[in-house]
Amino acid sequence: MYRYDEFDHGFVKARVAEFTDQVERRLSGDLSEDEFKPLRLMNGVYLQLHAYMLRIAIPYGTLNSRQLRMLGHIARRYDKGYGHFTTRQNLQFNWPALSDIPAILADLASVEMHAIQTSGNCIRNVTADHFAGAAADEVADPRPYAEILRQWSSVHPEFSYLPRKFKIAVTGAERDRAAIQTHDIGLHLKKDEKGELGFAVYVGGGQGRTPMVAKKIRDFLPERHLLSYATAILRVYNLHGRRDNKYKARIKILVHETGVEEFARQVEAEWDHLRDGELKLPDADIRAIDSYFAPPDLPERPEGDEVVRLGRLDSRSFGEWLDQNVITHKHPDYAAVTISLKGIGEVPGDASAEQMEAVADLAERFAFDEIRVSHEQNLILPHVARADLKAVYDQLVSIGFATPNSNLISDIIACPGLDYCALANARSIIVAQNISKRFASLERQRDIGELKLKISGCINACGHHHVGHIGILGVEKKGAELYQVTLGGSADEHTTVGDIIGRGFGPEEITDAIETVVETYLRVRLDAGEKFLDAYRRVGPAPFKEALYGGEANAA
Amino acid sequence: MKILTANRLTDGEVVWLAKDGSWAESIEPSEIVADKEGEARLEAIGKSAVEQREVVDINLIDIDLVDGKIVPLRLRERIRAAGPTNRTDLGKQASRQGAN
Repeated sequence: MYRYDEFDHGFVKARVAEFTDQVERRLSGDLSEDEFKPLRLMNGVYLQLHAYMLRIAIPYGTLNSRQLRMLGHIARRYDKGYGHFTTRQNLQFNWPALSDIPAILADLASVEMHAIQTSGNCIRNVTADHFAGAAADEVADPRPYAEILRQWSSVHPEFSYLPRKFKIAVTGAERDRAAIQTHDIGLHLKKDEKGELGFAVYVGGGQGRTPMVAKKIRDFLPERHLLSYATAILRVYNLHGRRDNKYKARIKILVHETGVEEFARQVEAEWDHLRDGELKLPDADIRAIDSYFAPPDLPERPEGDEVVRLGRLDSRSFGEWLDQNVITHKHPDYAAVTISLKGIGEVPGDASAEQMEAVADLAERFAFDEIRVSHEQNLILPHVARADLKAVYDQLVSIGFATPNSNLISDIIACPGLDYCALANARSIIVAQNISKRFASLERQRDIGELKLKISGCINACGHHHVGHIGILGVEKKGAELYQVTLGGSADEHTTVGDIIGRGFGPEEITDAIETVVETYLRVRLDAGEKFLDAYRRVGPAPFKEALYGGEANAA
Repeated sequence: MKILTANRLTDGEVVWLAKDGSWAESIEPSEIVADKEGEARLEAIGKSAVEQREVVDINLIDIDLVDGKIVPLRLRERIRAAGPTNRTDLGKQASRQGAN
C-alpha cells in the first residue's frame, strides 16, 4: 500500500501542529466560534447531537494492521470504545472531546493517517472498489489512480472552496462495486482496443434531495490525462456551479441544467488548454505510484482446496460463510473475505476497539497486513489463502464478525441517523436493527437472495437509500418519525434511483412493511434464481403497492 | 414552555441552563420560561456564555412538563437528553443507569 514520503509526513505533521494551535486559541478565546468552526471542519471535527464527532479519512478504504490498531487505541483511550465505519469508507468517532483532538490527530499522523478534507466544500476522500487488487474480474487496480487524485486534490488551492463538496470514486472492473455513478465524478478504469489503460468518465451523479445518475461524458480517457481532465471538469464546475443555493450547488445540478452535451463540450474545451501541459502524467510517475499497490507476493498454497473441502464437511456454518462472505481471488489459491459488521441486531458499521484489534491481528497473520473498508460498511481481508480460511473464520466467530450475510437483506447500510447526527430527522439504526432481527433466519435470508437494503435518516442520503433495492428514508412529520419506502434502486453498473412507493410508515409499522415487500417479491418472482431487483424491474411497483396499501392504492 | 440547551465547548457534552445559572449536565434542573421576555433573557445568557467560551450552539427548545418532569417535544431533544436509543449504556442515560 501507499507509504508516506517525507513530504507527506511533513505536511500532515504541519497540519496537526496548525490545528493544535487553533484549538488552543479557541479554548483561550483568541478565536471565536464563528472563526473556529470552518477551521475545525477542515480537520474533520463536527459537532453532533451528543458531542463532537471526528471523521477520519481512510483513503480508498485501505488500511494496514498498524493503522487499524491505532483506531482501536483511539477508540479506547479518547472515545467510548468503538468507532463507526461509514459509506465513504471512512471512520467516525462519536464522542471525542475537542481538547483531546490534537492528541488524536498526532496519534493518527504517527500511522500515516489524518482527518483532512473529510468535511467542507472540497474534494473528499476518493473511494474505490473494496476488492481492488484482489478481484478476479478487474482490469487493473484502481487505487493507484485514487492515490494520484488524493495527492493532487489535497489542499488544492483552486479547489478548496468549491460551490459544494465533491466526491470521486474509481472502479477497475466492469462490475461496479464502488457505486461510481452516484458520485460527482465516477471513473471506470478499463483498457482500449490497444490494451492501454484509461477511464470511462462519468459526471454529475449524486444522492441527497435531488438524486441523479451520473452521465458518461467520455468513453475513454487515457490514464496520462487523468489529472488534466479532472481539472477541466472541476474548473467548469467551479466557474459555473451555483453558489447562491446550497441545495443546487452540486455538480449534478450544473450538469442537469446545462445539459450533458453542452457540459461535456465545455469540459473538452477547457481540457484542450490543459491536456499537454504540466498535468499530463508521465508514465514513470504512474508506474511509481502503481508499485506501492503491487499485490503481495502470494506463495502457492494448493492445499487450500482440501482444507476448504474438509472444513465444509466438518461445519455447516463454515460452509454458509464461505458461500456468502468469500469471493474468488485473482490467484486460485486465495480468496477475498468480507468481514460482516452486520451481526443480527447489531449497529451497521460499528466496531469495538477489541474487534478492531482482533481484525488487525488477523490481517497481520493471514492477510498480508491489508484491510479494506467497504462503502457497504463492512471490512474486507482482500488476500487470504484458502488454506487459512477456516482459521480466519474461527477467529471471526470469536469476535462476532462471522455473520454470513454479505449482500443479503440483513447486510444493511444505515447512516447514524437521529441517534447521533445533527442533520437527521429520524432514526436509522434502530430501523436497521429491527429489520435485521425480523429476518434473522439465515435460511430465510438465503431464500430471499441478494437484496440491498439501505436506510437514511434524512434526505441527505448518507445511507444511500435512493439506490437501495429497498430504500428507507426517515423524515419528521408532525413531530414524529415517518419512513418512506423506495423500491428498485441500485448502485452498480446499471445504477437506478428507486421509486417512492407510497405514503410512509411509522416506526412501529416499517418492519412489517418491509416484510410485506419481501413476501410480495417471493410471490411474484419467476423462480428462486430471479433476484429482487430483477423481479421488481420486470413487474414494476404495482404488486408491491397493492400489497402495502390494498384498496387505498387503487383509490389513489 | 422553553429551556435553553447547548454543547460544552471543551468536550461537546450536552448541557442545559439550570435555574442556578450553571450549565447542568442533566435536563432536570433546567430553567423553564413561558414568555417572550423569558426566552430573550435565556438567549442573552446563552450568547454571553458562548462569548465566555463555556458553550457552543445554543438553542431554545420546546418542552412539556409531564408529571412534573421536563420532556422535550422533539425526539431529537429527547435523544440529546438521554443518549442514543440503541445504546442505553451511552450518553446521559448511562450514568442514570449507574445511579440506579
